[in-house]
Amino acid sequence: MPVIEPTFEVARYGAWAVMRVSGEIDMATAPKLRQHVQNVTARGLDGLVLDLDRVDFIDSTGLGVMVGAAKRMRMSDGALRIVCSQRHLIELFELTRLNEVFDLFETLDDALADVPSGEAP
Amino acid sequence: MSNFEIEIEPKFDHLAMVRSVLSHALAAEPVLKQERMQDLRLAVSEATTNAIEAHRDNDVEDSVKISISIDDVGVSVVIVDRGPGFDPGQLKPHPPVTDPERLEYERGLGVTLMRRLTDECLIDPTPTGTTVTLRMLR
Repeated sequence: MPVIEPTFEVARYGAWAVMRVSGEIDMATAPKLRQHVQNVTARGLDGLVLDLDRVDFIDSTGLGVMVGAAKRMRMSDGALRIVCSQRHLIELFELTRLNEVFDLFETLDDALADVPSGEAP
Repeated sequence: MSNFEIEIEPKFDHLAMVRSVLSHALAAEPVLKQERMQDLRLAVSEATTNAIEAHRDNDVEDSVKISISIDDVGVSVVIVDRGPGFDPGQLKPHPPVTDPERLEYERGLGVTLMRRLTDECLIDPTPTGTTVTLRMLR
């Protein structure tokens, strides 16, 4: 079973950005996610959508990076939205009650439904 | 009944390999449903992360040992480190999720997940290391 290195694809959507994350996020790979989030949020966005639908594994370190992302976006009056339709991930958010911290959406279309303009990513 | 032993250097890069070995072991003897396998995979990854961190933070170069036992009753995974002993009672509780202060805490959910995702989670700290036993019943 090969190790699945994470990938991070970023697309602009008006004043928002969408980051599609894939692979496994753990203590070894979370720093890469953190760095990508910091790079994207440094651009002064109105909002960031983290699309986790292609994530195969995420641990508490990965969840922590998302907490940090939420903090960064809130400090700049921006929004963080998370796309997640995998039952196991949703349960993880519920178990940690982070579903009450993050805005979770089942699809990317749902997450961007009220975001004005921009080309579809 | 099957037993698997893994010894890893205290490097986070080995976490994926530990999860992979566990997945293979569980696939070979499917005593757990898919969802519970995922839960155990996460709990074991969290415990192994803590063990590696205990070695790294204290310059311990010894291996971290992970033992997997599968029998008719279920699956047990034991993670042994040689750190200074991890007392979960010392963990600072997070503020409520409704408190903006909650966003100041990026770490500290690992033990919560280990306890919530498994049927049994025993953490036995000693001055010469910590043994974590995670158990999932069939």
